[in-house]
Parts: sequence; structure tokens; C-alpha cells
Amino acid sequence: MIGFSILLAFQMAGMAVQTGLGVPLPGNVIGLILFAGCLFLGWIKLEWVEQSAAFLVRHMMLFFLPYVAGSMILLRYVELSELAGLLLALVASTLVSLLAGGGLTTLLRKREEREDG
Amino acid sequence: MDNGEWLQRPEWGVALTVAAYAAALLLRRRLPWMHPLFVGTGLVVLILLAGGVSYEDYRIGGDLVLFMLGPATVALGVPLYKHSRQLRHQLGAVLAGVTAGSLASIGSAWLLAAGAGLSSAVASSLLPKSVTSAVSVSLAGTLGGIPELTAVLTVLTGLLGSMFGPLLLRRCRLGSDLAIGVGVGTAAHGIGTARLVNDSQWQGSVGALAMSISCIVTPLLLLPLHWLLP
Repeated sequence: MIGFSILLAFQMAGMAVQTGLGVPLPGNVIGLILFAGCLFLGWIKLEWVEQSAAFLVRHMMLFFLPYVAGSMILLRYVELSELAGLLLALVASTLVSLLAGGGLTTLLRKREEREDG
Repeated sequence: MDNGEWLQRPEWGVALTVAAYAAALLLRRRLPWMHPLFVGTGLVVLILLAGGVSYEDYRIGGDLVLFMLGPATVALGVPLYKHSRQLRHQLGAVLAGVTAGSLASIGSAWLLAAGAGLSSAVASSLLPKSVTSAVSVSLAGTLGGIPELTAVLTVLTGLLGSMFGPLLLRRCRLGSDLAIGVGVGTAAHGIGTARLVNDSQWQGSVGALAMSISCIVTPLLLLPLHWLLP
């Protein structure tokens, strides 16, 4: 429970930074940045949070299931005429992202390997 | 308490969501190809439709479940920390690859959405599709998109990346474990990464690292849009 309360405290801190300082990032993302920072600085020990974090990450699907169930009302927001364009954009953009991520990583690794030896 | 009042309380929505998810996990033990998210969502939607209950009434309880996305996002710091220590020699290449992949995802989605003439709410819902669901739905909120639509698009992106990602990268001679991990983790978040673990543990670790880095990189890359968009 210590772990869970630490995570909730960071969530709260993220929310406070978002609303207090007007940072236009979601509060949970600010909480994640602060939390990751504290882990790397060693201010938070991995053992304190590991179990609670593993549970929450493993069941992430449960926590956003209510949004996916919102697919039952999507036709209120999306015109049928938009649907083909939307899906095409999704597929193409995903493939571009895969190639850009994999491509640059490969390039950099090859260069590093050449320099190493 | 009459029926109407009962519907306005959160208990049944929470119970229904958790029960549907638990049932979906049980079913996966028998039929591993049944994705628990589809089964769980399908059960909830069917029960709501059968009972003639509106999505808005369901959300009274659903919102309590959604609240947990906050601490669950923060919890992603743990895989980020663990895997970046494990992969510290590759960290530079991974970080650069994730940034390129996220930028390509957002940029191409924006261009294609404009080209397809999508409305601005729908386009904003598409932009964060490659980052993990907890973050993508929050970003949809800050960008003026529709979180429900983003949730569906995020899941579709994850499935697409998990089915075709490794294949595409191998075909393009980018099939090293590191490149597949970065590509799929960045473009197809947790759903893509879950599939990598079946192929190789190491690919899975790279994927998990890429996915958690992108939870920070993607929101930062989207930040300028906050001022650009009306």
C-alpha cells in the first residue's frame, strides 16, 4: 500500500502542477515525469513501488475499458463519410512511424558499431 | 430506491466493468486468441444495449474505473526506469528512434487527417494514437479530441502494429531485435509490445522501454500544437 500511495501522491502532484502552473500537459503525464525523475535520482526506491506499479500496469486494459465501451456512441461524433479517411490515415501513419523508429535506431546502431570497432 | 435512482449510482457500472474484464481474462485462458479488451468491451456494450441503459449512465460508474488510469500512468515510470538501466548501452539509439517514430506518427497523422478533410475534433483524436492508451486518452482531452474515439483508434493502432510491425521491419531490412523493439514499442505501444515478448524477451524489453519513453516524448512533441490549434 505504500507503493500505491506514492503513485497517488505523484498523480496528485502532477494534477497540482497542471492546474497551478497552467502546464498544458495531462496531469498524469506530469506525474509520470516527476516520478521517473525521482526514481532516477534515487529519491524513490524501486522496492517501495514495484509491486503496486506492476499490478496497475498489468491491468491497464481494465482501467480504460469504459472509454472503449464508448465506441457505442461514436457515430454521434464521426461522420460515416469521414470513416474511410480516418482509417486510412491511421494505417499509413502507423506504418510510417514503425519505419521511422526502426530506421533511425538501425542507422545509429550501425554507426556506433563501426566506431567501436 | 426505484430503478431510476439506482441507475444514477456508480456501483453497478464499476461492478459491470470489473466483471466483464474478469470474464474476458478467464476466457483467454481457454481461447488465447480472444483479446480480453474486445471481449470485455463487447460484454459491457451488449449488456448496456440489452438493458436499454445509456452510455452516460454507465459512465457514472465508469468514471471511477477511469480514475485509475492516473496512478497507472505514473506507474509506467517503473518499467521506464528498470528497462533503461538494463539497456543503458543502447539508450541513445533508443531515445533517438522513439523521438523519430513519435514525430513521424504525429506528423503523418496530421498531414493525412488534413488531406482527408477530417474535422478538427476527429483529427485531434487521431494524433496521439501511437502512445499507450492511458496517455493517449488524456492527450485527447487536452487537445480537444474525443477520448472515446482516441481509445478505439489507439487499440486499432496497437493491433495493427502487433500484427504487421515485425513483418514490415524485416521486409525493409530493419529486422534487428533493437529496431523491431523500438519501432513496434513507439508506433504500437503496449499492445504491440505484448506480442514482441512471445518472440524474444529482449525485444520485449526494448519495446517496453520505447513505449514508456514515448509516454513522455509524445506529450512533449504535441505541446506546440496546444498553441497552434485554435
